[in-house]
Amino acid sequence: MRAAVIQFPGSNCDRDMAVALEKVAGKGNVSMVWHKDADLPSGLDVIGIPGGFSFGDYLRCGAIAARSPVMNAVVDFANKGGYVFGLCNGFQILAESGLLPGVLMRNAQLKYICKNVELTVESTDSIFTSLYKKGEVITTPIAHHEGNYSADPETLKMLAGDDRIAFKYVETPNGAMDDIAGILSPNKRVLGMMPHPERLNDPELGGTDGVRFFEGIANALVSA
Amino acid sequence: MKARVHVTLKNGVLDPQGAAVAHSLGALGFDGVNDVRQGKVIELDLAETDAAAATETVNKMCEKLLANTVIENYSVEIL
Repeated sequence: MRAAVIQFPGSNCDRDMAVALEKVAGKGNVSMVWHKDADLPSGLDVIGIPGGFSFGDYLRCGAIAARSPVMNAVVDFANKGGYVFGLCNGFQILAESGLLPGVLMRNAQLKYICKNVELTVESTDSIFTSLYKKGEVITTPIAHHEGNYSADPETLKMLAGDDRIAFKYVETPNGAMDDIAGILSPNKRVLGMMPHPERLNDPELGGTDGVRFFEGIANALVSA
Repeated sequence: MKARVHVTLKNGVLDPQGAAVAHSLGALGFDGVNDVRQGKVIELDLAETDAAAATETVNKMCEKLLANTVIENYSVEIL
């Protein structure tokens, strides 16, 4: 499996994401790609968009990153059926790029929230969630100021009806509509979520509920 | 030529910042504030000298970057 992690000015979870991917893909199989690169490395199986504060969250979270040269290549990759996942700021960037519907607005209480939260696994129909059980409750950290998922009623209905809600909060911390923590694209190959599975990916980090997220990716793509 | 863009949240989109400002105004004793909606103003200094062409270009800028039309409306004013 060949993976890439996109780096923007202000990304700060890019190394964590690379470590989590290297653990399942092996060292040397994860490339770091700078936002000004218009071309991606060849032979990629999956692209990760990391958390952070790309471009200082100026204008709107993820808005400027979503229009950077590398994102044209990422959107092309996804439109050709490539696997892409975005965590936290990565989700905001994917929503701004149009690969995922809706928008992440400021948390309902106007506060930055950094804590572990419980999620229910809603859909196991993706490589990112295939190793979890449907309805299972897992713990992952959140760390965001703009995680309040909003979309129009038709979009919310479509996400639920098409099994495109990957994760929901057990108790919504940020006001997200329908308790949505993570969603999938129509072909289930693009995932965005506000929580950070890469941060609970090793017993040394205090938990391992994020391990299966990355093992699921590797299982699907190594055997593919 | 200068242009000014107003970006506002669409009706029906919850505005937690506006709600916080309304609450604070009430706490300061300003009664009768029914609602507050917060938006942003973006001023552009353009090389273009034709107002119609500038309006067209700025509208494109709004669609592509300056506003997220899922939740925001925009209006363009040529100064």
